[in-house]
Amino acid sequence: MNNFLLLPILIPFFFGMILMFGQKKISYQRITTLLGLFLSILCAAALVMNVHENGPQTVTLGSWPAPFGITMVSDMVSAILVLTTLVLTFFIVWYGFESIGKEREQFFYYPGVLFIITGVNGAFTTGDIFNLFVFFEVLLMASYLLIVLGGEKVQLREPIKYILINVLSSAFFVITVAFLYSVVGTLSMADISLKIAEVNQPGILTVIAVLFLLVFGMKAAIFPLYFWLPSAYSAPPIPVLALFGALLTKVGVYAITRTYTLFFTHDISFTHNLLLVLSILTIIAGSIGALAYFDVKQIIIYNIVIAVGVILFGVAQMNEVALKGAMLYLVHDMIIKAALFMLIGIIIYVTGTTNLRKMGGLMKTYPALGWFYLIAALGLAGVPPLSGFIGKLLIVQGGFEAGNIWSSIFILASSIVVLLSVIRIFIYAFWGQQGVLNEAVQKAKYNRLFVPTMILVVVSIFYGVGTEWFMPFMDDAAKILNDPSIYTDEVMKGGE
Amino acid sequence: MKINNVILQFTAKIVFFMIFFYAVHIFFAGHYTPGGGFVGGLVTASAIVLLIIAFDLKTVQSILPINYIYLIASGLLLALGTAGIAMFTGKPFFTHFFDYFNLPILGKTSLHTAALFDLGVYLVVVGVTMTIIQTIGEDE
Amino acid sequence: MEIIMAFVCGFLFMAAIYLILSRSLLRIIIGTGLLSHGAHLLILTMGSFKGSAPPVLTEGVTDFVDPLPQALILTAIVISFGVTAFFLVLAYRAYQELKTDDMTELKGSDDIE
Repeated sequence: MNNFLLLPILIPFFFGMILMFGQKKISYQRITTLLGLFLSILCAAALVMNVHENGPQTVTLGSWPAPFGITMVSDMVSAILVLTTLVLTFFIVWYGFESIGKEREQFFYYPGVLFIITGVNGAFTTGDIFNLFVFFEVLLMASYLLIVLGGEKVQLREPIKYILINVLSSAFFVITVAFLYSVVGTLSMADISLKIAEVNQPGILTVIAVLFLLVFGMKAAIFPLYFWLPSAYSAPPIPVLALFGALLTKVGVYAITRTYTLFFTHDISFTHNLLLVLSILTIIAGSIGALAYFDVKQIIIYNIVIAVGVILFGVAQMNEVALKGAMLYLVHDMIIKAALFMLIGIIIYVTGTTNLRKMGGLMKTYPALGWFYLIAALGLAGVPPLSGFIGKLLIVQGGFEAGNIWSSIFILASSIVVLLSVIRIFIYAFWGQQGVLNEAVQKAKYNRLFVPTMILVVVSIFYGVGTEWFMPFMDDAAKILNDPSIYTDEVMKGGE
Repeated sequence: MKINNVILQFTAKIVFFMIFFYAVHIFFAGHYTPGGGFVGGLVTASAIVLLIIAFDLKTVQSILPINYIYLIASGLLLALGTAGIAMFTGKPFFTHFFDYFNLPILGKTSLHTAALFDLGVYLVVVGVTMTIIQTIGEDE
Repeated sequence: MEIIMAFVCGFLFMAAIYLILSRSLLRIIIGTGLLSHGAHLLILTMGSFKGSAPPVLTEGVTDFVDPLPQALILTAIVISFGVTAFFLVLAYRAYQELKTDDMTELKGSDDIE
């Protein structure tokens, strides 16, 4: 019993509520948001250290005994993801001060951001499958608000599809939970894991596994279900796009990881092979998109899809090395995607266009932007010693250990496509003849946009170079993913 | 848009209070029997909607000068606060407390902190429903 | 009873999918409403219809209905209420701005380079 692990969820929620008062006072809104995020980061960091020293923390809400009440579980996987989420949101909010615009700031932009991370952190932390659904809905409702905020034409057209897809996937989620409940008769994730181990996963549970893949795959944008993502994500302004790109698909990836390592571990030859094939196809589909477009936003958006494929490939191997790689890569991808979207936002601001063909020669006018973009691009592709390298290396090593030689080589080859797609932006935008420039660029605004971006890129460099320091935490995370009994023991014990 | 429907307006003035007190009844009945904050909130909102239909949005806003966004926020705060009380007493979040009291007229009554949580839900539901209806209704 | 309910759920899903695949935005929203109703009924069916007394502590009653599916349905109903309301407002605003509710005119795939 330890209420402390709830604080990274409750603090953003509380600050979101008090921000609903006084919506017109922008400085109050900004300062309170940053204060709330800062407090949450402190709590999350303390939580990570606590989990590292004392093992997974649990609290069962309302003093009910463990399998009956809703249990919140903070193991290393969720603690790391919660901390990453909060740090990223801090930088994105800071970046958004300059680019989000007064109208949005006065119309519940900050409460929306805080509610979305309430939902994201809750989804990472919960240990109850129906509560996961509830937190998904919290973050989706907040994301609906953020995606339509501003009311431009494209912002009214694209969210219709986004909402429709998510309503469908929510309905499927409810259906899947209903099926699961009828088979195992419980909703606590730890208890489900134990019950499934008892009955040794008959056919119906494999069907449920595939249904879960469908539900979470729609959110995570895996291969046949990613079609909504590029157009929906191109609608909102850059800070919201960075928030979505860095966090929302990752929640789906986390949910797939959690269910496929905790529940469905008895018929790996079918479920995990399906996941493997889908992850490869996801990478192919994302690569095609990333190479096909000349729109900078679209290129990075399709890179989200590629990264989802790589992480799920690691999860599909189901051994400790690959899972550690997947965790490392997941955190890396969250940081680097946020940084890239912020850089793209600055490029769009200084050129006034999203079309690569019209850009050019920015290296002369904005050299610092160019260098930082290059570092982020190389980091995304996994060039050592930057942050993507170790994660991908471990994923591929795990692939070799699991005997999937060719698909692992394919993952390595896909890095080259990733590199090509982001370097293309570098070549078109920063080299060559001077392209279009936004005449109205204010140097001060550019600097204020650039500082948080720069710090986030430095964080990603630090994450890459200093992977050694993060390894003990990642070891814990991989262990708990690889061995569900650590998780279930902790939850069932915690209720007494 | 001004409308002048005497029968509807006269009835609405009386029926509004009936619906409202029925909502209060449902709200308090909710602990042991069907009912509670969500239903009570919806019924209250429907009473206000009846007023809006009978009169118009501006008149109703001058009768009930409530900022519904603030209503949502205070409802959420109340609900979170009630759930959070347990954290300060060392119990898990959401633990609820109750005791029996001898109230003047009602006699022996059990009072629950869950009712406060439900009051929060009630405020949120009224707030959300009215915000939605106002958003659509304002554009005429 | 479970068999009948399974057919009812299936019928609701069928109608929902028909409506969601149509062009008009309003029909799509009604379709999502039907879909969530089908899902709620499915929870109830999956919880099975054992037990007769309401799940409230009363003396002398031992044959309770499983309360958990009902709690789940209540939660899911509240959520789908919120989402549907939001969706309706959005559809209304979109109709005002874009002057159409026909999904074939809302594709917007030509804007991107």
